[in-house]
Amino acid sequence: MENSTKIEIRDLNVYAGKTQILRNINIDIPRNKITVILGPSGCGKTTLLKCLNRLTDLYPELKVTGQIVIDGKNILAAREDIYKLRQQMGLLSQRPYPLPMTIYNNISYALKLRGIKNRREVHKLVMHYLQQANLWDEIRDRLREPASRLSIGQQQRLCLARGLAVNPEIILADEPTSALDPISSQVIEESFLKLKNDYSIVLVTHVLRQARRIADNVVFMYLGDVIEQGTVQEVFENPKMEKTKLYLGGTFN
Amino acid sequence: MYLLNREQRHVINYTWMIISLLLVAFLPFLLFLGLYLKSVLLLHDYSLTDLIFSKTWKPSSGQFGFYPFIVGSVWVTLVAMLITAPVCLLTAIYVTQYTKKFVLRIMHPAIDILAGIPSVVYGLWGILVIVPFISKYLGPWMGVSTMGYSILAASFVLSIMIIPFVLNILIEIFRAIPMELKEATLSLGATEWQTIKNVLLKKALPGIIAAFGFGLARAFGETMAVLMVVGNVVRLPHSVFDPGYTLPALIANNYGEMLSIPKYDSALMFAALLLLAVSLFFNLVMHFFIVRYNKY
Repeated sequence: MENSTKIEIRDLNVYAGKTQILRNINIDIPRNKITVILGPSGCGKTTLLKCLNRLTDLYPELKVTGQIVIDGKNILAAREDIYKLRQQMGLLSQRPYPLPMTIYNNISYALKLRGIKNRREVHKLVMHYLQQANLWDEIRDRLREPASRLSIGQQQRLCLARGLAVNPEIILADEPTSALDPISSQVIEESFLKLKNDYSIVLVTHVLRQARRIADNVVFMYLGDVIEQGTVQEVFENPKMEKTKLYLGGTFN
Repeated sequence: MYLLNREQRHVINYTWMIISLLLVAFLPFLLFLGLYLKSVLLLHDYSLTDLIFSKTWKPSSGQFGFYPFIVGSVWVTLVAMLITAPVCLLTAIYVTQYTKKFVLRIMHPAIDILAGIPSVVYGLWGILVIVPFISKYLGPWMGVSTMGYSILAASFVLSIMIIPFVLNILIEIFRAIPMELKEATLSLGATEWQTIKNVLLKKALPGIIAAFGFGLARAFGETMAVLMVVGNVVRLPHSVFDPGYTLPALIANNYGEMLSIPKYDSALMFAALLLLAVSLFFNLVMHFFIVRYNKY
């Protein structure tokens, strides 16, 4: 059983100056499943995600305590090789941020950071990852165009492909469909369902129906606290906490 | 309530906007036309290439060679940009990417104060500090004998003058790049420096070119501070330690004097025309690069 847990978060606290953003977070994130972190805006979901790949380091005003253990190693320990660590995780943010390069180079840059430079191999992998993100068929003839010319939905899938190209074990997604149209959202969701066979996925969202559609596990957060966590059936069909019931019922804010 | 009804007010407002627009759009054209008409007397007697490439400047004997002034202006401007560009770029990157926010809060007023100092003060500072520094220390140290009034002195003073402007623009440009782009690049496992070099600089490139172009145009047209330290000797400079003469300094030093010499005022107008043409050229080149690199 121990082996099925990919990430263990233990007693995680995050402070920004005097305000506490996250309070005593304890979560087990299982391997090869989609874990959805659910909650209203401003409850600390994004901060939690940034702790996982230590983007919190960018904000000197944030103070992080506790442990995040991935494959037996506490990644919050300072000595950890932070660049290797980040390559274990692909990140998908709320809005797509393609690199200021061509579509092709968006992927090949990630490969280069991984150390892959052989042209033929790069070529093969760019195609592979674009296919994995359900994008290849639409843009196979436009690889040399600037990535910014793609539609927002396509850009988000390009960012997904770029995230996969660092060969991660975990995918972190921060409300990845909030800026997208329904069809692009659906494509992203379908990609996630396919990808969970190979990756452990952490998805932050405030969309209840999305959580219900694709989640295996659900963590419900409110104002920096984890209120309830469990499988999607447990949390959605049979919530134990009053706040969870209210939020799921839509009468909560 | 109103003197006119809505329709009439609309027409008046609309006409007024059109007139303002035309005024702005035609101003450069009018400037050009005016200067051209004033210098046509000179252009009538000499060929354009003669004026631009001839090296002899003896107005009293009717020889008007602008080449030394053009070369002087270009040298002063380019050397000033060579100093300004790396300093501004590195400072902007450092204060926006590496330091804490309060450093920027302290630096902003300091930069603004520098930007507000009149150019004549910079010129005086150049005479009191830079010129002696070059003649007493830098020149001898480099094995050159120089009196200090030189291209280099002008470039130094110029770069100190334009650094605040260019730096302010560059800082704004780097601050406008969304944090999430940096996060996205870092999440791929890039180091801070790789992020800056491969992504942020690329994203900022059109803005950087615009900022440098702006600095270049300012440097090229700057008159007072340069005039005070450049030496004002009509001769082709062979090194940055030689004195020189720039187009703006030529006009400022001579307009209103010696106008009894035939075609002299016409020649000065031609210098102004050249100045305008070169500024326009800089602008066009800059614009070309901005469009070229703005596709990402």
